[in-house]
Amino acid sequence: MFVYADNAATTKLSSKACAAYIKTAEETFGNPSSLHSAGQRAKEVLEDCRMRIARILGADAREILFTSGGSESDNQAILSAARAGAKKGKRKIVSTAIEHHAVLHTLEKLKKEGFEIVLLPVGTEGIVRAEDAAREIDENTALVSVMFANNEIGTLQPVEEIGALCKAKGVPFHTDAVQAVGHVPVDVRKIGCDYLALSAHKFHGPKGVGALFIKRGAPLSSLIEGGAQERGKRAGTEDLPAIVAMTVALEEAVAEMGPVTKRLQSLQTELIDGLAKIPHCALNGDRTRRLPGNVSFCFEGIEGESLLLLLDEMGVCASSGSACTSGSLDPSHVLLAIGRVHDVAHGSLRLTLGRETTKEEVLYMIKCVPAVVERLRNMSPVWRDLQEGKRSYIL
Amino acid sequence: MALYSEKVMDHFKNPRNVGVIEDADGVGEVGNAKCGDIMKMYIKVKDGVLTDVKFETFGCGSAIASSSMATEMIKGKPLSEALSLTNKAVAEALDGLPAYKMHCSVLAEQAVQAAILDYYQKNNIPYDPAQFKCTHCAHDEEADE
Repeated sequence: MFVYADNAATTKLSSKACAAYIKTAEETFGNPSSLHSAGQRAKEVLEDCRMRIARILGADAREILFTSGGSESDNQAILSAARAGAKKGKRKIVSTAIEHHAVLHTLEKLKKEGFEIVLLPVGTEGIVRAEDAAREIDENTALVSVMFANNEIGTLQPVEEIGALCKAKGVPFHTDAVQAVGHVPVDVRKIGCDYLALSAHKFHGPKGVGALFIKRGAPLSSLIEGGAQERGKRAGTEDLPAIVAMTVALEEAVAEMGPVTKRLQSLQTELIDGLAKIPHCALNGDRTRRLPGNVSFCFEGIEGESLLLLLDEMGVCASSGSACTSGSLDPSHVLLAIGRVHDVAHGSLRLTLGRETTKEEVLYMIKCVPAVVERLRNMSPVWRDLQEGKRSYIL
Repeated sequence: MALYSEKVMDHFKNPRNVGVIEDADGVGEVGNAKCGDIMKMYIKVKDGVLTDVKFETFGCGSAIASSSMATEMIKGKPLSEALSLTNKAVAEALDGLPAYKMHCSVLAEQAVQAAILDYYQKNNIPYDPAQFKCTHCAHDEEADE
């Protein structure tokens, strides 16, 4: 059996989006910047996509910028607000400890440039508290950046509350909604954000394309200089087939959201309950305030990479926050932020279900994971020490 | 795709000499859970020869494969030969490891040395501390005594 349970990493391109991609590539190959009819036809398609994406997000078409994906959108939003803030002497940025690296590494860069970066902590449930944000936002704050939903543990953040706080204090607010768009309702006016990043391949669109919402009037500077595409804020000929495919994929995801969410939540519950029976394990992140389809566990006494390799042998594609899977020395910053100690964070497993996941696949995983965990525990000196009482259980 | 060579995958999926030797003559444990790698090596020694070797490993695929390969390479060998096992030799025997996984083979080399050192110390056998290159392992201080 082959089970793809890594939908938070990327999703399979939808057939409708794929067909739209091919059709556009074949038929609408003109450059949207060209004056002739082929170019103008492409421009029409491009602007139609902008309008359709804007409509889904509750935005105005002029507020949508097409980019290469989530990382670029996050970078551009943060850098734009930081540069504008610095001009007014505001050099503080408030964010969270569980952001994606596209946000965290951009903030690190700004820190080296003299910005004060405040990363709000999260509790064991993996959710940032609006009160903590309120305490940190002051007259020196150039930007607040809080993700909509976490990519590792799927927890939903109080973006509407934080958006309202920012609005009241007149501070720009960015939300990295890469994991949320197409999976949960996202409305930029409800959130009250100034910037919002999204990526197509997380909702069955193509890779390498995404968008940034920028509220009218919010500062925006370009990362890529060149032609006047995207109103001079993002040079480079637009990848029209990808943009069309993204639009089709998003419309499809939004149209199916209700029933898909219901089905995914039921599969998610079944998988969580099934895996929770494994001794000395723990679910990462709040049980209910999480994306439908995200299941993240830590298992004591084993290491995540070996878990992934053995699951892969059984046909299950999963992910882990262990150091070995990332090539770094430390395990996932998200798991550490929710209070998992290193020893346990190394033994993490993330299974992210998608709209194509079946009940049979979930049952198969409920069979495979405990078997693999047991197999690895049986060769682990840590597990032996735990069982012989030479080491105390953490979970 | 292949993150690992076929040999690494083979030793990872079918590790040789996994387990515990209850009456081991020497036991060496290196690494720590915080870093995500622990190797424990058990040895039986008779007339200066490693008659049995077993291991337990908490770690990634290449850590498990490195321990498995190391036990195969030293089992039945004289202590002097086992002591000269290098991490490079372990990695080569596995048809190579990705650069960022080379520390797994280092851990295997250190685990072997730590187990032999433990055997020497338990049996009051004089040894040359210079033979123990393991400068990063848990037994470092003992080796310097």
